[in-house]
Order: sequence, then C-alpha cells, then structure tokens
Amino acid sequence: MASEVSFFSMGGYAYFVWFSYGISAIVLLANALLPARKEKKLLAEIAVRERGKSENL
Amino acid sequence: MNFVPFHKYGTPKYFYSWSLALRPWLGGACVLLFIAGLIGGLFLAPTDYQQGESFRIIYVHVPAAWMSLFIYIVMASAGACGLIWHVKLADIVARACAPLGAWFTFLALFTGSLWGKPMWGTYWVWDARLTSELILLFLYLGYIALQGAIDDRRTAARAGAILAIVGTVNIPIVHYSVEWWNTLHQGPTVSKLDAPSMDTSMLIPLLIMALAYNLYFVAVLFERVRCEILEFERNTNWVKELTRDKGVV
Repeated sequence: MASEVSFFSMGGYAYFVWFSYGISAIVLLANALLPARKEKKLLAEIAVRERGKSENL
Repeated sequence: MNFVPFHKYGTPKYFYSWSLALRPWLGGACVLLFIAGLIGGLFLAPTDYQQGESFRIIYVHVPAAWMSLFIYIVMASAGACGLIWHVKLADIVARACAPLGAWFTFLALFTGSLWGKPMWGTYWVWDARLTSELILLFLYLGYIALQGAIDDRRTAARAGAILAIVGTVNIPIVHYSVEWWNTLHQGPTVSKLDAPSMDTSMLIPLLIMALAYNLYFVAVLFERVRCEILEFERNTNWVKELTRDKGVV
C-alpha cells in the first residue's frame, strides 16, 4: 500500500471490499457474543432460583 | 485431578467442564489467527494482476464457503450419531451447528455477490455453484424450522438428523458444481494440491483465515452446546453446584 488513502479506496473497489469485510465482522461478532451472553444469563437465572429455594426452606 | 473413563468426556457434565477450560485457549488462538490473517490478506498479499484489490474479498468469502460445507458435514454426522447410538451430546451438537452453518452460508453468498458485481458485472446469476449454495442455505433454514416446529426434543432431533443426512447429497454437488457444469463461478484454486494456482504470498493468508474460521466455529459451537446443556440439565445437581461454586449473581 502506497498510502493510507489508497488502502481505504482499495483501488476503486472500496465499497465491495469493505462491505464484505464489514458484514463478515458483524455476523461473526454477533454470533460469538450472543451465546456467551446467554450462557451468563442462564447461570445467573439458575443461581437466583437456587438461592430462592434455599431461603424458603 | 480425578481419573475419568474416556467415554465420560462425552457426557454433558464433563463436556461442560472441559469445554469451559478450553474456552480461553480457543478464543485466544482464534483472535491471533484472525489478526494474522487480516494483516496478511489486507496488507502483505500483493494486488492481483487481473482483479486488482477486489480479490481481497477472497479472504472472507472462501473461508465462509468452506465452513458452510464443513459445518453441514459435522451437523449430518452428529445427527447420524444421535440417530444410531442415541448419544445425547451428538443431538445437541447437531442442533447447535445449524444456525452457525446458515450464517456462514449467508456470508458466502453475500460476500460472493459483492465480489461478483465488480468482476462479473452482476450480483447474482443462476449458475450451478450459486444455486446449489443457495439450496444449502435452504437446507439449514429447513432444519432450523423443523427443530422449532417439533416440541419433543427426541423427535425433533430424529427428524432433523434424517433431513440433514438426506440433504448431504447437496454437498458434493456444491463442491463439484464448478467442474461438472459450465459456471460463471471460477474453478477450484486451492484444492489442486499438486499446483494451487495461487501465489504463496496470497495463499498463506487464506489458509490462516480458514484456520481462524475453523477455530471460531469450534469455539462458538461449544458455547452454544453449553447453553443447551444448561437449559436442559438445569435441575440436575451438578448444574446447581456449578452456580453455587461460581457465586454467579
């Protein structure tokens, strides 16, 4: 790459190249973060439920 | 550490603990490979003499396309294991594969059409490769819809496995479509192992990206499988102990 400008312009193909990379990044990040958050939530839910049970005893 | 007989590693409880221990390593390796692959693909690989800079789409398109096929094979195999040997974990794995496979297929189609526009002059054409890949997407979506439509988990797993196994016929069609028919899509570049028609400086980043996508798939698959395990083993003692030990709030 000669300069930053030509790197971002991708030889005139900027739209196609960056759109491809962008959509890939969004899909991959979302698919990684959502299950991780879900696991955390599930563990928290189970913990809360268990604590509730032991207090009622 | 306690000694655990080998087959136990496949039970939900042990899978949960060893996959959790593996998580930081998988995640770390995956991030490093993505960084290396992106640097290689965007900065180090030279400009293509025919396609100019647009060829760099290859580094997100080809790994996604490979994963779309690979995940389908994993899904059908896991489904078959569940069907034949009634392995609970195999059913969970098959079910967790489907959305990931569908997303990778979507990415392969989407980035492919963004590559097709500047190179072929069209976003879409009904040629054999593109059409069979679209059918692959429908197979994944059909599998997901089937899972959603059947309430009983065992029945859903069985029906899904049969659909996945039958759909496997599409996999060689996708792969060989560019050889069997005249397609606008180019023929194989990398799999001609005797002489890949790609320079090493372009090929190495592609292989690194492919490995990154693979590890990503394994890491996210494990995450999804752990969620399923928690959901359906939530009333077992080991899950209760897990949340107690962790002190999760």
